[in-house]
Amino acid sequence: MQQDASNADLPLLSMRGIEKRFGALLANASVDLELRSGEVLGLLGENGAGKTTLMNVLFGMYSVDAGSIHIDGRPVSISRPADALTAGIGMVHQHFHLVPRHSVLENLMVGEPGRGGRLDAASARRRLEDIASRYGLELDPKALVGDLTVGEQQRLEIVKALFRGARILILDEPTSVLTPQQSESLFRAIRAMAADGVGIIFISHKLNEVLEITDRLTVMRRGRVVAQIDNEAGLTRQKLAELMCGHPILPPDKRRLETGRTLLRLSGVGVDGDHGHRPKLSEITLDVRAGEIVGVAGVSGNGQRELAEVIAGVVAPSSGTIEIDGNPVLATNPRSMQRLGVAHIPEDRMGAGLLTTLPLSDSVMLPLAHKAPFSRFGWFNRKAVRKFVLDQIKKFDIRTEGPEVRTGTLSGGNLQKALLARELALDPLVLVAAQPTRGLDVAAVEFVHNQFLKLREVGRGVLLISEDLEELFAISDRIVVMYEGHIVGNLDASATTPAEVGLLMAGAKAA
Amino acid sequence: MQLRLETRVRTPAWMNLALPVIAVFATLVLCSGLIVAAGADVLSAYGALFQGAFGSRVNLVETLVKAAPLVFTGLAVAVAFRAKFWNIGAEGQLLAGAMAAAFVGAREGLPAWSLVPLMIAGGAVAGGLWASVPALLKVRFKVDDVVATLMLNFVMFYGMMALLSGPWKDSLSGYPDSPDIRMEAEFPILLEPTRLHLGVLLAGLGAVLVWLLMTRTTFGFAIRAVGENARAAAHSGIPVNRVVFLTAVLSGGLAGLAGVGEVAGLHFQVMATLSPGYGYSGIVIAMLARLNPLGVIPSAIFFAAIATGAETMSRATGVPVFLADVIQGASLICMLIALLFTQYRLRVQMVMRDA
Repeated sequence: MQQDASNADLPLLSMRGIEKRFGALLANASVDLELRSGEVLGLLGENGAGKTTLMNVLFGMYSVDAGSIHIDGRPVSISRPADALTAGIGMVHQHFHLVPRHSVLENLMVGEPGRGGRLDAASARRRLEDIASRYGLELDPKALVGDLTVGEQQRLEIVKALFRGARILILDEPTSVLTPQQSESLFRAIRAMAADGVGIIFISHKLNEVLEITDRLTVMRRGRVVAQIDNEAGLTRQKLAELMCGHPILPPDKRRLETGRTLLRLSGVGVDGDHGHRPKLSEITLDVRAGEIVGVAGVSGNGQRELAEVIAGVVAPSSGTIEIDGNPVLATNPRSMQRLGVAHIPEDRMGAGLLTTLPLSDSVMLPLAHKAPFSRFGWFNRKAVRKFVLDQIKKFDIRTEGPEVRTGTLSGGNLQKALLARELALDPLVLVAAQPTRGLDVAAVEFVHNQFLKLREVGRGVLLISEDLEELFAISDRIVVMYEGHIVGNLDASATTPAEVGLLMAGAKAA
Repeated sequence: MQLRLETRVRTPAWMNLALPVIAVFATLVLCSGLIVAAGADVLSAYGALFQGAFGSRVNLVETLVKAAPLVFTGLAVAVAFRAKFWNIGAEGQLLAGAMAAAFVGAREGLPAWSLVPLMIAGGAVAGGLWASVPALLKVRFKVDDVVATLMLNFVMFYGMMALLSGPWKDSLSGYPDSPDIRMEAEFPILLEPTRLHLGVLLAGLGAVLVWLLMTRTTFGFAIRAVGENARAAAHSGIPVNRVVFLTAVLSGGLAGLAGVGEVAGLHFQVMATLSPGYGYSGIVIAMLARLNPLGVIPSAIFFAAIATGAETMSRATGVPVFLADVIQGASLICMLIALLFTQYRLRVQMVMRDA
């Protein structure tokens, strides 16, 4: 038919002149984006560059102030997620939207119309098997979602989108929760889907992956598209980082340092599991020396969080001993660990770190408020507090309108800077940082890393817990690998490879 | 056309003042339907209500006297809710304070000058102790605070009635009342010949002190931090359970002071009708004040004015006094709706749908 012939030239999706304003902030300024059938488009940009806004517009979470969206050349109106699904747009968020107590098949059928009020499990199952075999996205239809690995849950999210007829798939930071091996299998599926004509928008901060998987790149900065380029040979990470931030990014300067005395020592530390489950930590023995960054690698949920919380004093160990700078820890609570010299950047920044609905000033003062000079006989020294917070805002270049602004309105990178500022104000011997750069953009990551390297230079120790191997290799001196609550590897960072660490993360050495 | 809510980046400063006013106004508009249904003229009914509450010196004083216990229970709830300790038990804590005051105030052996200070201290301690029961249950055994505080209200009320019908009954009275307190134990009158007693002054002073505590001290900071995000507070080394416990005791103490004022300034004894639900009204008052201790004062005066003015309105226009309860209840709902707009803005948009 004639329409088919003309459709072949038309882009699958085109967004034209998209404009979205939040108060004084122009989040998207006449943004154009095009996606062709069978193409993997990388969408790059720092936090706050407008990627998320643009995708939320496309998925119907926000209404636009100006601009239009066309699919197969025809204008479509998307004012809610249901419209997006009808138009063939699927989105896999960083945080999954699944029902853990339901099976894979039941999760797929949520929102399905069914037949005469009855759910048609048999046909759903056939379609699931069809999608699975076509793209290598195998899943057991009867498995409970709560029992799936993170990689499998993500696979289910992708299958769910395809199941609903998505021809345009948005993947938001899909590899941030995966091991290198799981990422490889995701990439195979992406290639298979693209070969079948699905258009894929791939959002990631990991530039290596972007270079590996995408065909074309759209780079955003401050709400505008600053580059639309093909992913050709000769394109480098350096070049991409420069496009994203508008200035060159230097790789962290990591000279070898003499390490000093042991600042943190864990010997045989264990934490029991809940009600008969396997221990969350078993027999952890670990040293962090002065002038050393020790990286902790592992797939999410293998005991890293418990490790951080034991050292921070939030969780009491059920066995083993902890020493800080040679002093045995007798009572584990956060305040006593702070006094001994431990600072902690929790993995869950919003949930365990900050006071989102209170002013920024309160969030910054949280572990400091009871100390001199901020507290005098229990009275708040408001002048000293204000001066301190303003100083920190300046020193850490926290982009905000002032200490009174509600904490939750800051961007992720700025929240992390605020958290870092206050923990460093404790002047710690050891800093335990869990996923400190997750979700941050290139410039913010660079800033955080430089702070860690500075600590290392002045003879402090850093325990860096991260799921991002690139990060661990960039700044750690040593890398320990956790698997099911054990330490399964303790490696010199300059003498190992991401592949070796990846295998250990997947449990190659255990069992 | 479509309506949708979008998150606000910041709350404009004027909103904090304007919203309660708008909510009160909306309440009065909503309730005018009932006035019409009662066959009266809306403006003259509200006029009579205002007249009854503020129209003369006596009326104004009556409103303030009625507001005093409401300020204390409002403060009690505001403090507790800040720490997310859901104290629904201000009523029981008020009664505990009232009983302590009535007991101390009737002691013959005590020197006269010590009676008023001892009643105040005793009432606060009794209220605090009564609140420490659910607080301890919550921090030790994770017992739900809403249920525990609410149920203890009935324990306290019927416990009190049992005492008043038996061992503590005033032998000179035919009713289940406690014996009167001594003359020297009565709160001094600030403005003769009205009923404006020391308790009214204490309530205002209390609001200022609680405001200072909440905004200017590290303990107040800890209360806010624990209420906002207990996990983050714990991670940062704030002893969450201790803060919750102390906040609950403080809250109970404030509610206890409401009871002291009623005994020492107004009734000079405890009896079944001592509190017409001041403890429960405190919840609404604290919410209307958005948990701000200073805001509790106008909020309590609003409540008291509705209650005192309703009688005048009823006499003048025939609208039943129960309208006061409707206004008080509706004001909470209007305020809760108004609060939504501190966090969100309403966007109206026109959507064209494909045919």
